[in-house]
Amino acid sequence: MTLLLEALCIALLMGGLFFFLTGALGLLRFPDTYSRLHAVTKADNVGLGLLSAGLALSAADFQSTGFMALIWLLVMASGATSAQLLARYQREQDQQEPPTDGDR
Amino acid sequence: MAIAEIILDATLIGLLLVMGLGTLHTRRTGASIALFAGFGMILALVWARLGAPDLALAEAAIGAGLTSALLLRAASITEEEEISIPARRQWLSWLFVAVVFVWLALHVIRLSTPVDSPSLPNLVAGHLADSGVDHPVTAVLLNFRAWDTLLELLVLLLALLGFRQVARRNQHPYDADSHPAPWPLLKAWSRSLAPLLVVTGMYLLWRGSESAGGAFQAGAVLAAAFVLLRLSGQLPVVHWSRWTVRLAALVGPALFLTVAGASALAGEGWLDYPDGMSTPLILLIEAAATVSIAVTLAFLVSGEEEDIAE
Amino acid sequence: MTAVSTYLLTGMALFLVGLHGLLTLQSMLRRIIAVNLMGSGVFLVLTALAARVPDADPVLHALVVTGLVVSISATALALRLHGAIQRHREDDDS
Repeated sequence: MTLLLEALCIALLMGGLFFFLTGALGLLRFPDTYSRLHAVTKADNVGLGLLSAGLALSAADFQSTGFMALIWLLVMASGATSAQLLARYQREQDQQEPPTDGDR
Repeated sequence: MAIAEIILDATLIGLLLVMGLGTLHTRRTGASIALFAGFGMILALVWARLGAPDLALAEAAIGAGLTSALLLRAASITEEEEISIPARRQWLSWLFVAVVFVWLALHVIRLSTPVDSPSLPNLVAGHLADSGVDHPVTAVLLNFRAWDTLLELLVLLLALLGFRQVARRNQHPYDADSHPAPWPLLKAWSRSLAPLLVVTGMYLLWRGSESAGGAFQAGAVLAAAFVLLRLSGQLPVVHWSRWTVRLAALVGPALFLTVAGASALAGEGWLDYPDGMSTPLILLIEAAATVSIAVTLAFLVSGEEEDIAE
Repeated sequence: MTAVSTYLLTGMALFLVGLHGLLTLQSMLRRIIAVNLMGSGVFLVLTALAARVPDADPVLHALVVTGLVVSISATALALRLHGAIQRHREDDDS
């Protein structure tokens, strides 16, 4: 049982790390603001979710599990909000001047 | 050192140095400030790594959060001139920095040997029971070295007064007219985040007597809540001329000075709390200091100046 | 090389990077950031010194907490002065 739990925990942590890695890669390599935002928020939501799920499995008590769930919810909400705000700002900029190719 | 520790340290230090260099030498001002905020967050992780949770909390709220907001605000109202240094001179100056670094490193490295029985921390640990609180950092801040904290509150007050002296007189960058209306999403989010921040601030204050946290961290978090609400246009302009605002900014230093004076006149000496009174006095001072720090930081960051006469 | 000594050296490096920026950068905003970096370097040296002790030195931690608050108030004042200077220049130009 504990072995199974441990394996699940490690798998979840690995999955979280994978999302963070791809998110960082996307932030660096994607061409425009919108797709970069997509990459970063994906890392925040899914990556952190998997990480906290994995850590919750190995947590000592329910209190720390609760803390992790709270942190995840907060990060997800603020990530979603800031992604929307940044995307909206970018769209206003684009409307003011036609988008130039290449990075900013 | 375990291999995992080495990897962690190397990552943190590498990020710290790259981001520090980046904030200074990247071309665009916006990128520079974004890197500064990231630098602050990494530094908070470094404090946690070095076993200083109080510092990590304070750095995340003050260094990364409020200072970046300040810088962003300043950058939005002042235009930036381009940076251009001749490449040859830059190369020479970096060489000079490297020489100084090596010279200093040879001296400083001797300090890094672990200390087994340090005198000052042992003193703190020995007298912790008499201090009235259970957390050594809080005990140092508000009992053993309360003088420092009192003077530091006065420094904060002085900064606020100086800030008011050079207030902007002929510009209104935060007018409702010149400032675009905040987006509904920002409004909704700040409305739900601000109460959480207030709860967090109160929690930090309440926890401060037994573990990491305290007046400074709590004040900074409360100030952040205020700045957030001001930026999204949810709070009216807070006028410095209102006596409640002035009272809130003054109550911390004033109460602290009163306690100091009273303990000097009636008790053992300056800030030498009478027996058994330490805990309530410290809690009282901390609560008042939190209010003052929150108001002062909120004023410094949001830069309320609209009420000044033309 | 222990963790303490690496962080000591990093703090010194940050201080020097900040000092270098303060002396060579032209933009006022960057200079103010440079002073902040110097401050962070000093704090890092202090905290690394605090970590030499078994349970971390609370006296140094308290000093750095105080220093953080002082550094933000100094930054706010410096930025305000910077704004005032710039406005003064604009008035002269017009």
